Amino acid sequence: MSVTPEAMVEQLDKSSFWSRLGPRDWGWVALVVVAAVATLVGFGEAMNRFDQGILVGTAVGLVALGWYWRPSQVVSVVTAALSLFAIWRYDALLDGAVNVGSRTLAETANGDFFLQFLVSSQSAIMWMSALFVLATVTYIGALLVRSPFAGRVATALTWSGATMGLVGLMVRWRESYLINLDYGHIPVSNLYEVFIVFAVMTALIYLYYEGRYQSRNLGAFVLTVISAAVAFLLWYTFDRGANAIQPLVPALNSYWMKIHVPANFVGYGSFALAAMVGVAYLVKQRLGGDGENDRLPSLALMDDVMYKSIALGFAFFTIATILGAMWAAEAWGGYWSWDPKETWALIVWLNYAAWLHLRLTKGMKGAPMAWWAVIGLFITSFAFLGVNMFLSGLHSYGEL
Amino acid sequence: MASTRAERPRQGGNPRSLRRRLFEFLGSMTLAITLLVALGVASAIGTILQQNQPYQDYLIKFGPFWFEVFKSLGLFDVYSAGWFLVILVFLIVSTSVCVSRNAPRMLKENRQLKTDVAEKSLRAMKLNQAYRLGVEPGIATQGLRRYLGSRGYRLAVAERDGETLVAARKGALNRWGYIFTHVAIVVICVGGMLDSRMLLKLKELTGNLAVETRDLPAAEVPEISRIEPGNPSFRGNVNIPEGQRASVVFLGLRDGYVVQELPFTIEVEDFHVEHYDNGQPKQFKSRLVVHDPDRLDEPLEKTISVNHPLIYEGHAIYQASFADGGSKLDLKAWQLEGDVGHSDALEVEVFEQMPFKLGGERYRLEVGDFRLFNINKVEGPDGEPVERNFGPSFQFKIRDAAGQAREYQNYMSPVEMDGARYFISGMRASVGQSFRYVHIPADDKGSMETFMDLLARLHDREAMARIIERTVGTALGAAGGADDRRGVVSGSMLRLVELFNEGGYDAIGRDVEERVPAEKQEKVFEAYIRVLQTVLLEAYVETLQARGVDVAAMDEAAWAEHQRFLEDAVAAINGLAFYGSPVFLQLTDFEHIQATGLQITKSPGKGVVYFGSVLLTLGVFLMFYISQRRLWFRVREAEGGSEVLAAGTANRRTMDFAREFERMNRELGTALGGGDSKESSRQE
Ligand code: HEM
Repeated sequence: MSVTPEAMVEQLDKSSFWSRLGPRDWGWVALVVVAAVATLVGFGEAMNRFDQGILVGTAVGLVALGWYWRPSQVVSVVTAALSLFAIWRYDALLDGAVNVGSRTLAETANGDFFLQFLVSSQSAIMWMSALFVLATVTYIGALLVRSPFAGRVATALTWSGATMGLVGLMVRWRESYLINLDYGHIPVSNLYEVFIVFAVMTALIYLYYEGRYQSRNLGAFVLTVISAAVAFLLWYTFDRGANAIQPLVPALNSYWMKIHVPANFVGYGSFALAAMVGVAYLVKQRLGGDGENDRLPSLALMDDVMYKSIALGFAFFTIATILGAMWAAEAWGGYWSWDPKETWALIVWLNYAAWLHLRLTKGMKGAPMAWWAVIGLFITSFAFLGVNMFLSGLHSYGEL
Repeated sequence: MASTRAERPRQGGNPRSLRRRLFEFLGSMTLAITLLVALGVASAIGTILQQNQPYQDYLIKFGPFWFEVFKSLGLFDVYSAGWFLVILVFLIVSTSVCVSRNAPRMLKENRQLKTDVAEKSLRAMKLNQAYRLGVEPGIATQGLRRYLGSRGYRLAVAERDGETLVAARKGALNRWGYIFTHVAIVVICVGGMLDSRMLLKLKELTGNLAVETRDLPAAEVPEISRIEPGNPSFRGNVNIPEGQRASVVFLGLRDGYVVQELPFTIEVEDFHVEHYDNGQPKQFKSRLVVHDPDRLDEPLEKTISVNHPLIYEGHAIYQASFADGGSKLDLKAWQLEGDVGHSDALEVEVFEQMPFKLGGERYRLEVGDFRLFNINKVEGPDGEPVERNFGPSFQFKIRDAAGQAREYQNYMSPVEMDGARYFISGMRASVGQSFRYVHIPADDKGSMETFMDLLARLHDREAMARIIERTVGTALGAAGGADDRRGVVSGSMLRLVELFNEGGYDAIGRDVEERVPAEKQEKVFEAYIRVLQTVLLEAYVETLQARGVDVAAMDEAAWAEHQRFLEDAVAAINGLAFYGSPVFLQLTDFEHIQATGLQITKSPGKGVVYFGSVLLTLGVFLMFYISQRRLWFRVREAEGGSEVLAAGTANRRTMDFAREFERMNRELGTALGGGDSKESSRQE
């Protein structure tokens, strides 16, 4: 084999970003573009500028996400398919009627096999709950008996749970309009709805890291916190009837909500994930740290995931808080009012800013940072839940 | 960030100057983290202790001692307290110092590529690896250039003593991220301060402003509590009734307020609430007219609603709330004392206070509020909670001569509950309590008259004596009791009725406890109640007859309904014993006049804060997602090719760079005919 030095040097060129995209990536673009254009052609007239902007933005976002993280393509497609199926069932059964009221809608859903057992928002959310709990149990089992097969099952269950959660949210969105056009709103407006968002978001972020680091063993920890959210959700549903679709109070009726709340939950989800990895870290350290037959990933890796996830959360939480301030400026007459929810968002943010500084400038690692991440979850939970339970303020959603 | 941590060399034992030390302290990480945590804790205090409540409430809650302590610490208004401001100022100073110290060095680092790095330094780096390549140094260097260049590294190559050093650097934007983020913090804080109440505080400190605590109309507030229209930033509220105008807002300050004058006048043409089909409010809208002859040729008309403010001349006008604007109410005042059951018509306005006299006592009626809709959760037919509109209600206080007041909420129309209809009135003795309700049954005409007639009769001694006489007659008549025994029985029955009128069942219970031996109390009480019920039934029948109802002709169903009415009426009379008001005010008609609650703000710092926010977002993403990496490759001749010593640092302490470093060297080795890796080290 003789290669000229020139040829040797030649091959060191990095292939460009575009040439690394394969047929599947371009297929994905085609699919998203077709869907977006079809939506614009079919419904463009009913949309205002802002809606159209959001649609285009969503399409670009989906393409980017799909390129960066291929499995998200599957989730998007399955979610879209199931949601459209549910919408089609409703339309077929209601003969295209709208403003049918919640009673008629519930009766319609109960009269149809698919809606009742699969894709009405309530059933989809129940599926999500069941799948997440099953996934938790399976992850724990896989960890204990070191079964790669069980691990793969747990991963599949988590994917399915997240997908059903997304379907539940999409269908609920539609249902709110079917009940009454006036009621229609994106389902991120109360505590019940955002708990679903939280569970789904945390699961997806976890799945990303799972794929990235090729390690399933943190699932037992992360899914535990998701199961806790599911437990709350079920209690909230069955004890408080929180799943009923209510119209929005005037202050929430704003475009800002659509972006402020989801951004917040990337933050909450990441912080929760970091905390659970922190727990795993501490457990492992208790048990003697890195060793031969490790069940858990190396301490260094967990440390890394913790940092990355807090960084991701911090970035999105920054955006969310800024968006919140802009919304407040429009709804309450001031971008900052020291309202308890606002203030606690600031506290959460300051807390992680301190964490990041220690980590980056002092190079702190290990158990103290893990503990701090765990404590961070308590602070975050208070901002998320405690404020609604114990403090009163301008934030008008989700009183317990 | 190795260099941030590096100790600055001490200069020949010279003590560093105070200024230098102060500068270093202000820019230190320890201070930064302390400030972040301190700000967090201080903010938390302000959420746990409700801010800016009336001082009276704090006094009750904490007692005089702690009230004074908390007050002097500024805990009732944490976010305007001096010490809170000090934390913020420190944060601004510290962050500025930090940036001014780090930025020049970072930017310099960004510009230069060090090519005079000694082998020792290379080997001391966290990541370093030495290996052989099968090509001569010239080709190897060319390969490195190609490899690094196509991956976005900037390069500098130096040759010295037969060695080539390739220095490479990537991710300069990361450093800009640091600068943006930290400058943004300063910008946001400064913007926020522009919009804060510092100016007000300053005016107050210099004696140019005094907080008004009395409840006065805006026009009567003295000059010392007023602020000229020129104030650059404020945030205040004002309620304007429909059809009226205002040119001031009120700025709540501690336990009072000051009046901010506006450079224009706002007229409210109309306020209305849009509702969802379940009665829940959907949107609040005010039709405003801005009068400003200096700047406007003709008045500006605009409808505002929640989330859709009006911006005029740097002032933002928001739909913030609504209130009653002095609705006119027609009342029927039923006397519960004195001439019980008698009613007078009365006209009042919301917010009006009206003294009156009854039974020799002085009282004052204070009308507080009127509400057109009352959406309440009730149990629906299938046990699920459903929302129902209870219709209009009004709220008022009745204050006695001693100044004690009770608060009432009366609904206008009878509300259906379990198949019967009731006039509902809630009562509470203090604001903190929840209402206790009295349900007065409505008769078949939907009026309160039957009940009031019955009540009047029960208070009418003569009528009751007659009724009791008749009852006793039927009971004892057959047995032919003696007259004196009849007298005793009648007398005690009349007393029972009076006790009941005054204090309900409780009064009868207390009476039994006082006069009957313990072991017989229960029996006697039960007997009393039975007797009372008989008398009440008689009184009710007589009331019905007096109202022209033919009791004898009633069928069973109708009679059952009347029995239910009587039961409800007795329960209501029992409840009225604790009602505490000498009158029952029934709302008969109203003219609804609303006031819109506007919030008007001027915030010149808003643009600054938004600019800072954009900078912050940009900075944070650059800092997190662009990592700064520096690499060195020392290439020199070796037998059969060349020898490479690679070393690298990155400012992200993540595993990614370590992995990438390894991959890089592996790929270079594979492509350039590399041999085995001689030594490699990674220190964590
Ligand atoms: C509210 C105030 C502050 C906030 C929100 C803030 C935020 C941040 C964030 C998010 C990072 C990035 C961490 C990362 O890259 O993962 C960072 C880095 C840093 N901050 Fe701050 N910071 C603040 C104040 C300060 C102050 C007062 C100092 C001065 C001592 C400081 C010094 C630094 C340094 C030296 C870095 C590391 C930069 C690097 O190596 O990339 N920060 N800051």
